[in-house]
Amino acid sequence: MAAPSVVVIGAGQAGSDTAAALRAQGFDGRITLVGAEGVLPYQRPPLSKQFLAGTASGGELALRPASFHTERDIEFVARDPAVRLDRDARRVALASGRTLGYRHLVLAVGARPRRLTVPGAGLDGVLTLRSLTDAGRLRDAMRDTGRLLVVGGGFVGLEVAATARAAGLAVTVVEAGPRLLARAVSGAMSAHLLAEHRAHGVRVLLSREVTALHGDGAGRVREAELAGGERIAADLVVVGIGALPDVALAAGAGLAVDDGILVDGHLRTGDPAVYAIGDCARFPDPRTGRPLRLESVQNAADQARCVAAALCGAPRPYAALPWFWTEQYGLRLQIAGLGAGHDRVVTLGDPRTGRFSLLCYRGERLLATESVNRPADHMITRRLMGAGAPLPTPEEAAAPGFGFKTFQRSAAV
Amino acid sequence: MAKITYRHPNGTETVVDVPVPNTVMRGAKINNIDGIEAQCGGSAQCGTCHVYVDEAGTLPLPAMHESEDDVLYGTASPRRANSRLSCQLPVTEELDGLVVHLPETQS
Repeated sequence: MAAPSVVVIGAGQAGSDTAAALRAQGFDGRITLVGAEGVLPYQRPPLSKQFLAGTASGGELALRPASFHTERDIEFVARDPAVRLDRDARRVALASGRTLGYRHLVLAVGARPRRLTVPGAGLDGVLTLRSLTDAGRLRDAMRDTGRLLVVGGGFVGLEVAATARAAGLAVTVVEAGPRLLARAVSGAMSAHLLAEHRAHGVRVLLSREVTALHGDGAGRVREAELAGGERIAADLVVVGIGALPDVALAAGAGLAVDDGILVDGHLRTGDPAVYAIGDCARFPDPRTGRPLRLESVQNAADQARCVAAALCGAPRPYAALPWFWTEQYGLRLQIAGLGAGHDRVVTLGDPRTGRFSLLCYRGERLLATESVNRPADHMITRRLMGAGAPLPTPEEAAAPGFGFKTFQRSAAV
Repeated sequence: MAKITYRHPNGTETVVDVPVPNTVMRGAKINNIDGIEAQCGGSAQCGTCHVYVDEAGTLPLPAMHESEDDVLYGTASPRRANSRLSCQLPVTEELDGLVVHLPETQS
């Protein structure tokens, strides 16, 4: 049998955390961490915020210093994407021609931005935001731009809109659906965010589709055309309409894929030697059993630890609670749990004060807490839900004087 | 520059010189010290850079903001009177000699 060796494909949060967690949990075989980009693994959340605003440099975003890899005996291979996987031979080929044998393979290959497919989508000045390179390009472009059009009212689009607005740009957001952040938050939270963006001077158009982008003679974008014919002037367009999991390597090796690499409750693919985690993986939701794919730091970090435990001989089903956050203007929105399918919302605090939480219930069951500038509600929900502890019923939460801090104390967990 | 001691749950400790400006959280990160996650990157959102400040110390730590206090309600290891988020502790020359204890778990 070959010496125990783990090859991790993808050096984002999930991949980098896997390598680190393997060593932290005592794995003493070979670890190779393979990245497609030419830089150390880095944090993505600041790309649309502090990095874009110019308050954080690329180097400051590194998840771990270069010395981490040498110190922990992790081979970090930069700028060399995996191109072919041979599961029978347990070998993965990289773009450089190098091949790596493995006993276990962890696919943490991430996702890539979904592109606009309308005429003119290839014009200069039409950008997406996913990588540090993308963010650098966008930051440079914002310097000599007056009018920004954001296509898509999701996390990336709204964070870019907020950062650009703070930098003094005129910003329009066009969202094809009827509300902002529709996949991630309740209708009431969407409405709050909409009001917030409008109050900051962003023009937000809902249920409107971009049908074409038009350029000047030099091939640079100048305006967008919407269904119905309206035209919006823009010198810069950021497309934030979601991301597509990078499934090519897995699919090419005959692994099952369906908007993500399919894995079981232990994050293993159909091949017991191959795991998939993070943005690229579709796994059974531990709470509902339904297939789920999440793009978040929490998901990447917790799945990395789960796989590392399995590879260190202590497998446990993946059971972590999803949570998310975003910052726009001074607003900090934190989400604990998954609220999709809720049929009832209890509000804590007064939304007009800018500090409130929305508790999303399905019947008597709390599915998610959405908190704006009320971190205790978020943290306590996470802790109680994560531990499977009793949660407030809608009646308890709606009672005058209810607060999570007292609830937690009385629950004594 | 300030000398900071990170004491691990198993009793071992790592002593490092952390340059100013930095936070106690980043001091651990740049020195490859395990036990501090900081999933949110240092914006007091996630509670995974929790430390216990050594009670023998009398160093001038900054007062706790309400948001830090709120986040500490949900840390994975129990909150104590000396709990802080290390991302909210800027390293200054005055903090030379600071000792922080790392909790059993951050998430």
